[in-house]
Amino acid sequence: MRRETKIGLYIFLAPVLMWLLLLIVVPHIDLFIMSLRGEDDLGEAIWTLDNYHSFFSERIYWLTFARTATYALLVTLLTFLITFPVAFYITKVVHRRYSAFLTILLLMPFWVSELVRVYGWMILLRESGVINHLLLGMGLLEQPVELLYNDVSMVMGLVYTSMLFMAVPLISSLEGMDDNLIEAAHDLGASKLTIFLRIVIPYAAPGITSGAIVVFMLTLGNYLTPNLMGGKNSLWFTEQIYNQFIASFNWNQGAAFGFLLLLLSSLIIWAGLRLSRQDLGRALT
Amino acid sequence: MKKTVLRASIVLLALAASSTSMAQETLRLLTWTGYAPKVLVEKFEKETGIKVELTYSNNEEMIAKLRATRGAGFDLAQPSQDRISAVQAKYKIYQPMDYRKIDASQFISSMLTAVQDNTKVGSDSFAAPFCYGTSGLIVNKAKARNAKDYDALLDPKYTGRISYRLKRPTLIALAFSNDYDPFASYSDPKAYKVLMEKVGDRLISGKPLVKNYYANGDALLELMRSGEVHVALGWDNGGWKLHDENPDIDFVAPKSGALGWIDTFAIPAKSKNVEGAYKWINFMLKPENAAYFTNQEKYGTASKGANEFLDESIRDNFTRSFSAADIDNIKWYPPVPAKLEQIEGKILDRVKASR
Repeated sequence: MRRETKIGLYIFLAPVLMWLLLLIVVPHIDLFIMSLRGEDDLGEAIWTLDNYHSFFSERIYWLTFARTATYALLVTLLTFLITFPVAFYITKVVHRRYSAFLTILLLMPFWVSELVRVYGWMILLRESGVINHLLLGMGLLEQPVELLYNDVSMVMGLVYTSMLFMAVPLISSLEGMDDNLIEAAHDLGASKLTIFLRIVIPYAAPGITSGAIVVFMLTLGNYLTPNLMGGKNSLWFTEQIYNQFIASFNWNQGAAFGFLLLLLSSLIIWAGLRLSRQDLGRALT
Repeated sequence: MKKTVLRASIVLLALAASSTSMAQETLRLLTWTGYAPKVLVEKFEKETGIKVELTYSNNEEMIAKLRATRGAGFDLAQPSQDRISAVQAKYKIYQPMDYRKIDASQFISSMLTAVQDNTKVGSDSFAAPFCYGTSGLIVNKAKARNAKDYDALLDPKYTGRISYRLKRPTLIALAFSNDYDPFASYSDPKAYKVLMEKVGDRLISGKPLVKNYYANGDALLELMRSGEVHVALGWDNGGWKLHDENPDIDFVAPKSGALGWIDTFAIPAKSKNVEGAYKWINFMLKPENAAYFTNQEKYGTASKGANEFLDESIRDNFTRSFSAADIDNIKWYPPVPAKLEQIEGKILDRVKASR
């Protein structure tokens, strides 16, 4: 009997394992090998660590990475600050009857693709766009102002594209919270701030952690939004990888950058988990 | 129960059989936006029964896509003629073109010979011409009457009203306007690097003047159309399209020479429909089809007999933007040797990262 279940398990597990192996593990090994290859002065293929070395020796490469990571952290923080009140309102303040409806309203914009949403923002923000048109019409502006193509508009676009991934885990973790906990704290004389910091936040912590990880990774790996909304100063690290692969034909360098992105972002997340004393396993369940 | 299962499986089998017998011959075309107008695709499908699948791309992505599959996945590609020989020598992604299978009488013969020469690797050539055009300035003359050469892109007079792509044509154009000839140092990577670094420095110091580095042709048209940009580096056909909408905007052949390119047909190494590819080439070069394409998209055509089918406005566009001297001054791209892309890539990254 036990043996049979084991065989059954393997049969059902096989497609998943094949998927992981063929579509994730094998390509990564290939990419890793590629990142260790290079050419010597005569154009012969050799094994080398040059591709990794050039990341640290060329200032613009690691500066771009540092910039990208900093902005990704900022976006994660802003997304949390904006989404948390919304999630709290939906789960705790509004009547239960409406909370499902409000959640769906929140999800609605994400039924269209990211590209369409970004173009929507561009139509709103550009110099000849909707917002400028309105402000001019109301006489608040004399001259149209360029609202697009700067870091602020880029961060806003990134926050907007990743809000969903923060909202859903927050809502689900706050939903499980017993309202009596808050009431009891009130009865015992706790202030609103204390309740928020010592009851609500710790309870929502796994949701916050998993939301933050997803938002951080998605922002770090985003290509479209920084490229379209960011303008002339918005060199994002993914664009750097794209340029190596596509414009410079240097796949080896691009592969090395890809691995460095994977490694460094994992490192940042690990550090974040250690600092906030959160457990990855608990956050993901 | 058993009977229904049996019946269902018979139906399924029948469906599978019919879908394979109905499987149509397809031609997977890797091309640029606008190079396969819908009307012509439908006409071709009707004439030959071959279904055309389109994938839009640009030079760099075409090469990357074909390189990733070692020349599989597409039956016909349309790279620029200067981006073929070095790539072919290194990655072997195309197959030699069989010039007996294309109707040479339909081509402007000097152009066919030039492309054959420029795409030669060993004893084989790899491409046939499709269309040509130039890059130069697109100018809103109501706002920037005096923009006559590439250095207008670095002119503080137009601060915030300038746009170009951060791609190699920009580097090359600005080198020409500085009285260098970048094509002359193509064969000397070291000299080329020194030259391009100078151009890169100029781009960095000119960065505060730029509104935005546009990402594609549509974005450029929108920037010009809305009046947000007055001077841009762009393609002649884009300028002429805008001229139709707004007579103030036009293409200007720069004083130091418009950059001339020819886009081609090349057959990927693992094309599954080589015959269909040749059919498409011959179809697109037929005078009336080529003329339709040119009237629609305003690119010059490599088809010999197309002239008599062209709209009057096409000729007007050309004579308005190009004097006889401008035509002589067009700098045609020679084949790009390997390695230059990496030099350029690094400089362009530096420009984008600078503050």
